[in-house]
Amino acid sequence: MGKTIAQKIFDEHRVGTPDTDVHVIRLDAVFCHEITTPPAIVDLERRGKDRVFDPTRIKVVIDHVSPAKDSKTALQGKILRDWARRHGIVDFFDIGANGVCHALFPEKGFVRPGYTVIMGDSHTCTHGAFGAFAAGVGTTDLEVGILKGVCAFKTPDTIRINITGNLPQGVFAKDVILSIIGRIGVDGATNKVIEFAGPVVAAMDMESRMTLCNMAVEAGGTCGICAPDRVTVDYLWPFIKDDYHSPEAALAAFNRYRPDADAAYDRTIDHDVSSLAPMVTFGFRPDNVKPVSEMTGTPVDQVYIGSCTNGRISDLRIAARVLAGKRVNDTVRAIVSPATPKVYRQALEEGLVKTFMDAGVCFTNPTCGACLGMSNGVLAGGEVCAATTNRNFNGRMGKGGMVHLMSPATAAATAIAGSIANSPLFKGKEHEII
Amino acid sequence: MKSFDGRVLFLDRSDINTDEIIPARYLTEISRDALAPCLLEDLKLKGFDPATDIAGKRVIVTRANFGCGSSREHAPWALEGNGINLVVGESFARIFRQNMFNCGMMAVELPADTIDRLFSAFAGHATTVETNVDGGTITFSADGLKEVIPFSISGFDANLVTAGGWVEYADAKF
Repeated sequence: MGKTIAQKIFDEHRVGTPDTDVHVIRLDAVFCHEITTPPAIVDLERRGKDRVFDPTRIKVVIDHVSPAKDSKTALQGKILRDWARRHGIVDFFDIGANGVCHALFPEKGFVRPGYTVIMGDSHTCTHGAFGAFAAGVGTTDLEVGILKGVCAFKTPDTIRINITGNLPQGVFAKDVILSIIGRIGVDGATNKVIEFAGPVVAAMDMESRMTLCNMAVEAGGTCGICAPDRVTVDYLWPFIKDDYHSPEAALAAFNRYRPDADAAYDRTIDHDVSSLAPMVTFGFRPDNVKPVSEMTGTPVDQVYIGSCTNGRISDLRIAARVLAGKRVNDTVRAIVSPATPKVYRQALEEGLVKTFMDAGVCFTNPTCGACLGMSNGVLAGGEVCAATTNRNFNGRMGKGGMVHLMSPATAAATAIAGSIANSPLFKGKEHEII
Repeated sequence: MKSFDGRVLFLDRSDINTDEIIPARYLTEISRDALAPCLLEDLKLKGFDPATDIAGKRVIVTRANFGCGSSREHAPWALEGNGINLVVGESFARIFRQNMFNCGMMAVELPADTIDRLFSAFAGHATTVETNVDGGTITFSADGLKEVIPFSISGFDANLVTAGGWVEYADAKF
């Protein structure tokens, strides 16, 4: 029987099996941010184990609340900063160079096919877009990762989702993943890896694949994963050109992380997107999804475009296309938060920032901030936000607030309308849903 | 080893997420003790009031997919800060479940019909449990009613519970 991508990666990284269904794997990278890492640092100090397994494999960013909003968040940054300096961690991204971790680290070339990555952040599953096994963990797993460079996982049983058909114009990766979560439910992939495959994934750029994999955890998935291909190689080429004599050679090397034709899947789902319309969430669970057309006219107080799901340059370009020459509705405040300094600079150079500001949008620095109700656009009780983020939990963006998840195109159209609306980029039939 | 005995808090809902268990606005705390008063502050559950319903409780019994969402280990820490070291449910989100055992706490899965029976027999009554970790039983008692429920956790998870967590175990073994 053949192997899935995750099985192949586990086989290359396994250092122990302390129980029948427990695999301790060696880590190629441990990512850290200022919310979940400081408690690990403090605990390691308390145990007299203030060590790191390999400073070159630990990548650190201050991203959740940046710039610091108060003394407590300033202390979180200080603990992380002091620790990174103390241990000679070179890849530390502070103010001026920092951005949302799951957008920043791929941009730096830190994730490669076949890698194993953990971070104290559930959206670490994003990095599976590169054909890596990347999983969110808690602070204790992170602490052991920092100390020993290992982490324990159950057997990575895999659900394969073949995304087939032709994605209609104006329908995006965000709509695809919302439709998948709506189909399999918030625990449809618990303890499983999701392999995203099929012609639609093959045709997606890396940013779209990251959007897909980012929300695997909203279905309970350990990791979303896409087989590495030429698109992966081309994205990574600036970082790997000294390791391979040609992109073809890199691709040949990465092919060993493609799943075998006879790989054993826990479940295989064919998901045809030919008649998919733009999607939006209602309620407080990410699997509460409907076509935008069924929610049209629902008033919102704030529009937020950003986050590790949809704060990349392709997202901002789409939002700017919709907002160009238009004005944000008087009843709405709109925020665009580029995910990284590189995205910010690109948005400036391409004139997107001007488009946003002309439309009346507040264009902020990169930070996770409002997505989890910590800073930079927190809601008041009773307020509603149209957001390109990943979670619509009760109070997620502020106590008593409500969130509707959607694509950047839909969010931009909603900002103009003042209520949930389809973007003019979508020309398909309004009422079809798979 | 931590205590897994005491009064039960019944939370009759599936998919209770870690934002509900401990909202992100409290993640700026470095001290774990500061989290305790904020436990379940944003839980959306009819009739539940964190101000009156949590005090004195040592065990949670709930439904499916408890602890979904964010990876924040602040969720188990906020439970632990209230003396709650055991959550019994139909199923758990992966990261939350691992975080519990990594802290030497327990997330025990029972079949859906057993959970149904516990809710119908004990919810609404002053219920206490006694847990025998080695023997693999949880004894529920209320108003003269007593039920012994068998449970199983893996040998690996049992080691984490006995060792008080994953850090020392991993440092010694790997």
